[in-house]
Amino acid sequence: MPATVQEEPSTEARFLRAFEGLSEKAKNGTVEAVKGRRRRAIERFEELGFPTNQLEAYKYTNVAKALKHEYRLAPAEAAPQASEEQVEALLLGDLDAHIVVTVGGRFSEALSEVGPLPEGAFVGSFAEGANAHPSVFHQHYGQYADFEAGDPEQRAMTALNAAFARDGLFLYVPEGTRLETPVYALHLPSAGDEPLFAQPRHLFVVEEEAQARLIEMHRTPSGYAPTPGSFTNAVREAYVGARGHFDHYVVQDEGAGASQHTTFGAYHETESIFDTLAVTLSGDLVRNNLTITPAGPFCESHLNGLYLGRGETHVDNRTVVEHAAPDCVSNQLYKGILSGKATGVFNGRVHVHRGAQRINAYQSNKNIVLERSAQIYSKPELEIYADDVECSHGSTTGELDEEAIFYLRSRGIPESRARVILLGAFARDVVENVRSGPLAAWLTDEVDARFGARTA
Amino acid sequence: MALLEINDLHVGIEDTEILRGVDLDADGGEVHAVMGPNGSGKSTLAKVLAGREEYEVRQGSVQYDGEDLLEMEAEERAQAGVFMAFQYPVELPGVSQQNFLKESVNAVREAQGKDELGAADFIKQVRAKADLVDLDEALTKRSVNEGFSGGEKKRNEIFHLAMLEPRLAILDETDSGLDIDALRIVADGVNQLRDEDRAFIIITHYQRLLNYIEPDYVHAMVGGRIAKSGDKDLAVELEERGYEWLSGGNAAENGKAAEPEEAVA
Ligand SMILES: Nc1ncnc2c1ncn2[C@@H]1O[C@H](COP(=O)(O)OP(=O)(O)O)[C@@H](O)[C@H]1O
Ligand SMILES: [Mg+2]
Repeated sequence: MPATVQEEPSTEARFLRAFEGLSEKAKNGTVEAVKGRRRRAIERFEELGFPTNQLEAYKYTNVAKALKHEYRLAPAEAAPQASEEQVEALLLGDLDAHIVVTVGGRFSEALSEVGPLPEGAFVGSFAEGANAHPSVFHQHYGQYADFEAGDPEQRAMTALNAAFARDGLFLYVPEGTRLETPVYALHLPSAGDEPLFAQPRHLFVVEEEAQARLIEMHRTPSGYAPTPGSFTNAVREAYVGARGHFDHYVVQDEGAGASQHTTFGAYHETESIFDTLAVTLSGDLVRNNLTITPAGPFCESHLNGLYLGRGETHVDNRTVVEHAAPDCVSNQLYKGILSGKATGVFNGRVHVHRGAQRINAYQSNKNIVLERSAQIYSKPELEIYADDVECSHGSTTGELDEEAIFYLRSRGIPESRARVILLGAFARDVVENVRSGPLAAWLTDEVDARFGARTA
Repeated sequence: MALLEINDLHVGIEDTEILRGVDLDADGGEVHAVMGPNGSGKSTLAKVLAGREEYEVRQGSVQYDGEDLLEMEAEERAQAGVFMAFQYPVELPGVSQQNFLKESVNAVREAQGKDELGAADFIKQVRAKADLVDLDEALTKRSVNEGFSGGEKKRNEIFHLAMLEPRLAILDETDSGLDIDALRIVADGVNQLRDEDRAFIIITHYQRLLNYIEPDYVHAMVGGRIAKSGDKDLAVELEERGYEWLSGGNAAENGKAAEPEEAVA
């Protein structure tokens, strides 16, 4: 045996040590539902470690390998804040909304402008919300993204988040209440010398016959230099009560140096509608785990995704729909456009439980690869234990159609523009599924702009 | 000098030779019909003129308005007034016909030093030109060709032609797959677009279109060459006699009696 070299502490060990070193405030400054889980969560994380591609669920995405830095675990107290003008510039044109802003995963009182809400509703900080609504937290926190349930391979990041969770968004819409204007959440990176490992925690509760729409945007203000190498481990949970309706849209666009691992567990009751969209416009490594459980009959679940990968961006979307109740509809549409050395991964699983009859479940993943150097791994899966169901899945990967490019050029449209038009058209059906007009318009322009600069 | 001068054009793909020395001159105000059996190279000729890059020009030249057409990109040709109506129009799901046409028309106008067409004028033009080929106005707002019937696609091509007002219009089997009413509509549209400054090359399988659009010249294309040229009487003769007599025997295998490739829509 060769002499043992002094080993660097593993990345996991650093997090464990950091946990032990957490201040009283960080550990206990919230409600029982949150703080009561920390110890078990860090123990689970210690057992599991960061996901590597030894795990089937992370076959193409090695999270452990992406953690290359010494991270700061909380935004520096003195970190410069974005200005109101910078926030202003990142709003969606004419969208009238309740505006919440987080910086480095922490709710920013100064930059948020929630405005008037219907009685009993809450839009704002997770930390504050927990104290204001402890029974809601008791009922819902940790239930839909549970580090002790679901796919064992997908628990580690949830456990890590639960150990450190302090702040994020909390949305609460009580029974029978409608939020007439959407919530617009802007997530800004924090500036500082060392890369931040942020662990925002979000909880969305839309009760029986209540309705809400949330647009979350991860963006970087112009003239604001986030530290490269930042990592966000976000966990979201959503509950939608019977006959409720919740639209949730998230845009990931933090720039080429930032990585994100997100876990989203959504649970919705009888006759409710849950609509979700994840758009990835930039990033280093991005992995999104989405699990939806339509728990009662006559639910509608809509899952949409759009990912644009350039350079060395790696985007991995993993979805699971647990059809536990009969008479539900789920619809998945994920589309990717990849160039350079980008990698796109889609793994979608529809699980129809025994007795869940009359399920209609559709799943489609389509990709356009602009250069041979880009890669796609696509695996839609159906697992069905009921006989009276209508399910389909499909996956395609191809290049832009030369005949279509020629058709446009033969009508006087320059080749580079023809390509942009066709890419926009490819993304269009995903964009059309967005119920927010201003967001849909913004996405259309962004897809155009991201490829408009591309020379053919 | 004629508007279009094709001299000894040889075109191939890999080791196949498709066009083997095509000569054809067309000037403003003229209508040329190109007839020929399936596989004789008619579409190849049209696509090479429109700028499809997959075909390799191996010999010969094409002058358009005094310029070397083969040196121009497909979009430059369109901007200079060359238009091809596709034999198989491409479906473009998600590309709105309105937006696409607005860009197309304005790209062509800009290249020709004309002002951009304003929104109101554009809509007016769309109405007028859609009327010309009896195209349902709803179709002008949908995705390009998506879910159109065969006949609607063909009429849509002529609608684009009318919008772009080219100087050289090449119609590749626009008549195939049309029933007699649709054929008449398309022919009427084309006749209204005939103009002293505009040349038409109308590729067709059948003489029947030529009953409605009277050609000035008819060319028989066989085995990648123009085997015979004449006036409209040649079309009648070709319909009666086929192409075999023009090619020393191998036209038959090129499909003298070939059926139309598309079902009647
Ligand atoms: N893209 C292509 N690749 C290979 N062969 C082709 C291609 N296009 C046409 N050809 C061949 O060239 C010949 C002429 O085709 P085409 O021009 O379509 O004839 P037409 O329009 O007269 O029916 C045919 O034998 C066809 O198979
Ligand atoms: Mg043809």
